[in-house]
Amino acid sequence: MRSQRIFSYTFLAPALLLFAAFTIYPVISSLILSFQKSNGGVSTFIGFANYTRLFHDDIFWKALTNTFIIFIIQVPLMIILALILANLLNHQLLKLKGFFRVSFFLPAVTSLVAYSILFSIMLQEDGIINNVLGMIGIGPVGWLSTPFWAKTSIILAMTWRWTGYNMVIFLAALQNVPNEIYEAASIDGAGKVRQFFSITIPSLKPVILFAGILSTIGTLQLFDEPYNLTKGGPADSTMSLGLYIYQNGFKYFDFGYASAIAYVVVVLVAILTFIQFKVTGDE
Amino acid sequence: MSMTERAASGPQVSVKPRRTVKKRGGGVGKYVLLAVFTVVSIFPFYWMLIGATNHSSKMFADTPTLLPGSEFWTNFTNLNNSIGITRVLANSLIVSLLYLLFALIVCTCAAYVLAKFQFKGRNFIFTMFLLSMMIPNQATLIPLFKMMSDLNLLNTYFALIAPMLCYPFAIFLMRQNFLAFPTELLEAARLDGAGEVRIFLTIVLPSMKPALAATAIFLFMTQWNNFMWPLVATTSSDMYTFPVALSSLMGLSIIDYGQVMTGVTIATIPIIIVFLALQKHFISGMLGSAVK
Repeated sequence: MRSQRIFSYTFLAPALLLFAAFTIYPVISSLILSFQKSNGGVSTFIGFANYTRLFHDDIFWKALTNTFIIFIIQVPLMIILALILANLLNHQLLKLKGFFRVSFFLPAVTSLVAYSILFSIMLQEDGIINNVLGMIGIGPVGWLSTPFWAKTSIILAMTWRWTGYNMVIFLAALQNVPNEIYEAASIDGAGKVRQFFSITIPSLKPVILFAGILSTIGTLQLFDEPYNLTKGGPADSTMSLGLYIYQNGFKYFDFGYASAIAYVVVVLVAILTFIQFKVTGDE
Repeated sequence: MSMTERAASGPQVSVKPRRTVKKRGGGVGKYVLLAVFTVVSIFPFYWMLIGATNHSSKMFADTPTLLPGSEFWTNFTNLNNSIGITRVLANSLIVSLLYLLFALIVCTCAAYVLAKFQFKGRNFIFTMFLLSMMIPNQATLIPLFKMMSDLNLLNTYFALIAPMLCYPFAIFLMRQNFLAFPTELLEAARLDGAGEVRIFLTIVLPSMKPALAATAIFLFMTQWNNFMWPLVATTSSDMYTFPVALSSLMGLSIIDYGQVMTGVTIATIPIIIVFLALQKHFISGMLGSAVK
């Protein structure tokens, strides 16, 4: 018993030490920083000044609004698309199933930087997407040069990157739904659409919650895409909280203010995750 | 182009057994829809290859080339001159592999203990790990930067690797797998007089190969794709990781898109090849315990 206890603590020690040094310490230090102002290496305590400054900071509000717009449109769009695709692929006799699954998942293995850059090139004014749209008489669309389309670009790019990933999660969960339920529903006269809403969605509820929470945390931390795809512009229309933290921290070296914004993100993640748990119900 | 071809060939192939196809799980419409999504998923990859093998201007012509060109080596040489591709690739590879090795050891050991041993504070520690998964990276970014800067560790592999070594999600993943390991086997081995370390190494670990592979891939990908931390932790271009170097190309005043596309291709193709070779491990690694 004693040897087991020694073994336990020894095996756990590296993880705990690393956790204390690189997670707990920074999280606390960041909170302290958010109440400070640092000037040439000298930090002074300034109370809630960084937080009150947030209220009057237009760019912060813009970043917050942008994040929410992207969140409210992108996450449901992606999850619905992923559900539809998973539902389409969830037929035992579907041909080329493996091929479709791999094709849809492929965007998820690209690095965030690589795909953001790829999209920033495709979405240029004279890029391939406008060229193709031009062939069918649309455009040219100012994907990266107008605020509305720049947000749309981010949403489209993110949806391209993550839909297949979520689809595979849903597909795996659907394997656990017995086929007999669908057969019984069909005998009772329920159509495909009805089956989708009455069987597929309810049985995937926990997994949808899981995907929703992952996407929420992901969207609130959004950084790689605006940094590489739109550089936050035009006119801060794609500024995200993550990018604004980075700019304050490493362009203006205002560590205190950047930490205050970071703590807003921490609180938002907590609140949104809590709401999602409540909305989806059940424990 | 290929989109219309696909859409057109779909119905022709399945026109005869239409009724059976429909009964079997969706008619032609379903395949057309799936084909459209496939094109949308795949086309950017194709365009990436076109861009990497052509001169920059071809990508933005009024009638763009849809065929691969022969400029790959020119683009590659230019890319190498701008970012020192071998150096940054080596950086990324070394950092990702070292990280994978050490993080796998740290997380696996912790996960095993958390799954199979009773001791004071176990639940508390596990809950802390779980909760910390919700903390955004940005909340630790600045203190970590200050720490590394104070210790003069910026621009070192250590700074790139250390902060994420204890990765709660990997612990969670491995713990799930250890929980499924029969405790009776452990007890039997103990009765036979085997020590804890030996039990772990020779009895438990060998049965965990699929889980270890999945976790290893997950850890590797996390580090390989990491951007924000390397961006602030490296300031000299010879310590850049590949994503940071790639991103820096887009910040130049004159951007040579042929080079950039070549870089994007080099960042993407090896991962795709590994993915196709190890599909099952790869998917379960990337999705974590969501997929069993």
